[in-house]
Amino acid sequence: MSKYTEDDLREELKTKEYEYGFYTDIESDTFPVGLNEDIVRAISQKKEEPQWMTDWRLEAFRIWKEMTEPEWANVKYEKPDFQAISYYSAPNSKPKYNSIDEVDPELLATFEKLGISLDEQKKLAGVAMDVVVDSVSVATTFKKTLGEKGIIFCSISEAIKEHPELVKKYIGTVVPQKDNFYAALNSAVFSDGSFCYIPKGVKCPMELSTYFRINQAGTGQFERTLVIADKGSYVSYLEGCTAPSRDENQLHAAVVELIALDDAEIKYSTVQNWYPGNAEGKGGVFNFVTKRGFCETNAKISWTQVETGSAITWKYPSCILKGDNSIGEFYSIAVTNNYQQADTGTKMIHLGKNTKSTIISKGISAGKSQNSYRGLVQISSRAENARNFSQCDSLLMGNACGAHTFPYIEVKNKSAKIEHEATTSKIGEDQIFYCNQRGIDTEKAIALIVNGFSKDVLNKLPMEFAVEAQKLLEISLEGSVG
Amino acid sequence: MDLKEKLIASFLVFENQTDVDTYVHDIRTDAIKTFEEKGFPSKKEEAWKYTSLNSILKQDYSVFPKQENALEYKDIKKYFIHDIDTYKIVFIDGKYSSHLSQTTHDGMDVCLMSAALSKPKYRLVIENYFNVAATKDSLTSLNTAFSSEGAYIHIPKNKLVDKPIQIINFSTGNESATMVQPRNLIVVEENSHVQIIERHQSLTDNPVLTNSVTEVFTKKRAIVDYYKIQNDNTNASLIDNTFIKQLRESICSVHTFSFGGKLTRNNLNFYQHGERIDSTLKGITIIGDKQHVDHNTLVHHIEPNCESHQDYKGIFGDSATGVFNGKVVVEKEAQKTNAFQANNNILVSDKAAINTKPQLEIFADDVKCSHGCTIGQLDESAMFYLRSRGIPEKEAKALLMYAFSNNVLDSVKIPEIKQRINKIIANKLGVNIGFDL
Repeated sequence: MSKYTEDDLREELKTKEYEYGFYTDIESDTFPVGLNEDIVRAISQKKEEPQWMTDWRLEAFRIWKEMTEPEWANVKYEKPDFQAISYYSAPNSKPKYNSIDEVDPELLATFEKLGISLDEQKKLAGVAMDVVVDSVSVATTFKKTLGEKGIIFCSISEAIKEHPELVKKYIGTVVPQKDNFYAALNSAVFSDGSFCYIPKGVKCPMELSTYFRINQAGTGQFERTLVIADKGSYVSYLEGCTAPSRDENQLHAAVVELIALDDAEIKYSTVQNWYPGNAEGKGGVFNFVTKRGFCETNAKISWTQVETGSAITWKYPSCILKGDNSIGEFYSIAVTNNYQQADTGTKMIHLGKNTKSTIISKGISAGKSQNSYRGLVQISSRAENARNFSQCDSLLMGNACGAHTFPYIEVKNKSAKIEHEATTSKIGEDQIFYCNQRGIDTEKAIALIVNGFSKDVLNKLPMEFAVEAQKLLEISLEGSVG
Repeated sequence: MDLKEKLIASFLVFENQTDVDTYVHDIRTDAIKTFEEKGFPSKKEEAWKYTSLNSILKQDYSVFPKQENALEYKDIKKYFIHDIDTYKIVFIDGKYSSHLSQTTHDGMDVCLMSAALSKPKYRLVIENYFNVAATKDSLTSLNTAFSSEGAYIHIPKNKLVDKPIQIINFSTGNESATMVQPRNLIVVEENSHVQIIERHQSLTDNPVLTNSVTEVFTKKRAIVDYYKIQNDNTNASLIDNTFIKQLRESICSVHTFSFGGKLTRNNLNFYQHGERIDSTLKGITIIGDKQHVDHNTLVHHIEPNCESHQDYKGIFGDSATGVFNGKVVVEKEAQKTNAFQANNNILVSDKAAINTKPQLEIFADDVKCSHGCTIGQLDESAMFYLRSRGIPEKEAKALLMYAFSNNVLDSVKIPEIKQRINKIIANKLGVNIGFDL
């Protein structure tokens, strides 16, 4: 090595990015495109996070840099350029429209079908609202009820500031930074998300969704959710919304971590209806999500999902059944139409004794879409008397789409009982004929049959969402049958 | 020198010994290149996720047998299905044994691959069929590169073959470790019917690695019954690659009975080129010790109105590992396909493991496809029933396990094979019951 001279220093300074350059920029709403350590630091700073959080993000970023994008999923897409994305933009407080008349009528028609109230329609479409709306007071009431029970429900950035001990203890324990490419990316740059803590023995009195829907504005591109149910508690949580979301962000990489301590139960429902791209398959959201739950003794985690949106879905809500007698459940409906591609399923990792898991997955493919179920059931050698039941059914509409199943079953204990079954079928002409005969037109008949097909899963959704989800299925498949 | 390098070097020696100006030799040269590029499959490949070849590739195998070995029929009689009259094609360490075999050219050809490759009268068949159904994966390519000996069966139109054909490969173990690569070609023309029994057997405990490739062509309305009996010594490993190309209205069934060997990998591939084809894939696996059996099946439905039936049963004891990786692909044009797949397993020991991955890839909408897979134990109430009637525990267990795997045997069309399998099962389960009631 030659000696380090002044010339070298000058050279180095020229090529090096100015380390503290983002101080000046911090007031601006949007960061420049690209991703490096400075951006990660700046995000952390912008959110006024403590040092440990910044370090945690940086560690994740360093891991991410070493990783490559996974290619095993049964989806084809053009890989996003991670250096061409802006990783932080402050929520835009300015309304997009001044009155509801300016909103895309197609969008409004969909709202109408879903039966969403006018106020909510405005909110969802980004229309300016009167200052005095019901929701504010409703939200306050909710907050009060929850507060009385000791339930913490806030944004994750707030939690990092207000409850650092809880966040520090649990974040990354279920989905570590190095888990996979997108989880690492999320850990480095997550902008916001939700945090929920249910204290010992408390039964959360309401679906947290209700509150969520009224209170929470647009959700970020890199969401991070952490739900902790302490011993003996119960919570039901609904994420997402049935309303179509016209989000401009192409890439979504969220991470959800659920922790159910002894005897606790978490029910997590998702309805996802992001922009799937147009009928020719142009545009649409890439949805790469890592969701995982951790069950202690006698705990139960139940995932329910209705996936109708996104151009690409890559999502495997999983359960680690560590405690004895713990239970994992997965109920899913995935609908793909036009050029959508979904590769979704679950992992059930049985570690404890007498653990049980149930998997019900319904895939519906129409148009030119591809729908895959990919699941893993793993019984470790110590998991005595583990029990699993899996069922994946696929419904095909037209012969341009595809349905695929990739179930992996790995068993290392002789007392395990595993059942797996899968079927593929189409809507029978006789079924349609039966409906037609009774005066039900074909479109309605299909909706009826699809509803019947997915009933097992729809029943698991909280009541009010089940109704909306049903309608959502109809809308998603509109025009798919000629 | 690792095995891959050794094989590539051996290819040059092999080239010197054979006639290189032939149609087949160009295929061999391409194949060795493919193998050189790809190497042996590793666990990183999806199809080999649960099966590692590392332990068996470590051996220093001799690739060409140094001397010809002879065996006395009385010593090896028990490995034949000897109670019925059959055609026999017998190989000892990869070399044809004429005094043990019984071949024919009377109205059909039941003979040797080496003859078919060298004699001009077979040229047309070889050019039309050799290496046509086989895929280009690394192990198949390796076999193709060294292909010189094996069974050659050509059944002309409208011929009902009067007796089954047995293909038996013996390894004498006269050398410390041997690798053999038999290559079989079976062409069954229109409306013909043939039954084939295949077995690999090593006679000592020296390690043997068999990398076998079989191509089967069933023409219009032909019927082929193929039985594979795998009950080898604990140091013998077998990689069996079978490719079956079916034309319309043909019926082909393959039964695989895996009871022995250190590592057994069955790559069984069916390609349905035509309408109204019926394919059956069935298997019974009963293993213990540290044995490993991997069934990797593919049924490719390319045209409409075809059926496929898969039924694999497995019983795993000691530290044995079972793998089932069944794939059914239904192409867009293959409407009205019926494809069924079942895989049922029983784990008898705490150290045994089973990995299964039944896979469906479906592009057509008017199809009936299903797969089912279970892993469980023997029914306790059934056990109680038998015990309460004075049947000892061991026998009761054996009876239930036999009942569990029995329906695979239902479709076996040669009664003597059924009896033989029953005996092996009884032996494997350590009981002395004649299961044929």
